[in-house]
Amino acid sequence: MPHDHPSHSHEGMSPSGHPYREDNDAALTYWQRMEIAVRELLIEKGLVSSEEIARQIDAMDARSPANGAAVVARAWTDPDFKERLLQDASAASREMGFDIGPLHLIAVENTDTTHNLIVCTLCSCYPRNLLGLPPDWYKTRAYRSRAVIEPRAVLREFGLELPDDVQVRVHDSTADMRYIVLPARPAGTEGMSEEQLAALVTRDSMIGTGLPRRP
Amino acid sequence: MAERVRVRSMMPPGHVRAPAYLRGKTGEIERELGRFANPEQLAYGLEAEKQPLYRVRFTMAEIWGEAAERPTDTIDAEIYGHWLERL
Repeated sequence: MPHDHPSHSHEGMSPSGHPYREDNDAALTYWQRMEIAVRELLIEKGLVSSEEIARQIDAMDARSPANGAAVVARAWTDPDFKERLLQDASAASREMGFDIGPLHLIAVENTDTTHNLIVCTLCSCYPRNLLGLPPDWYKTRAYRSRAVIEPRAVLREFGLELPDDVQVRVHDSTADMRYIVLPARPAGTEGMSEEQLAALVTRDSMIGTGLPRRP
Repeated sequence: MAERVRVRSMMPPGHVRAPAYLRGKTGEIERELGRFANPEQLAYGLEAEKQPLYRVRFTMAEIWGEAAERPTDTIDAEIYGHWLERL
């Protein structure tokens, strides 16, 4: 209700009451100049074309948690696939046609007694090929430090109160592996199709900060 | 029985993937992951030796002591072989 307080100043605010975002008129940083220089050189030398770069950016932006959700739904409906997924999640994802590049993927399974949570304390490692770009909070110092110090408190803030008899397993993606949580299939979903099940699988349920939707 | 290892407590500068909060801590090898190029060399464009990489499981009690939120909860992290001492 930005316009209910005529007493305070709206200076610097847009007509709708939000602060203006500053234009990016500042000089380029060292790394921005470096990126532009390398990109232009690669194009000039004919190693890549600007179309190829644009296409790759499109492909990266097009990845979404729907990919991961399809993998989870397949694991819920096909026990053999689930076994292959837990054995080698990269191979199982490729089997479904997902281009996961050279990624080494590990799937960790939530059960009645285990809840898994993924974090990268050192930077922002994330299974981008299956889940798209990480949410902003995943990259914050608060999440990265608190997920390993007090995961249960973090989960409560995400609205997830775990029973006492459930053990929390935090997975810190410190090196070459990337992780995806295989959440437990919600009760009351018997008879649902793979596609209907996939719609229940949220991004957060594959990071471990949430559970799948209920039907 | 799972093999017990301790993360070396050295503090070298540079691009190191063994998190500081795990250095000096003892855990169990959860699985072996194969050999991967050492990021401490790779990050600087140097010829990188392949190092064995392990997933090591630590208890919250081992990492945070009395301050642990739930002592029996665990943290798994990937640690390169040259950072581990066998116990």
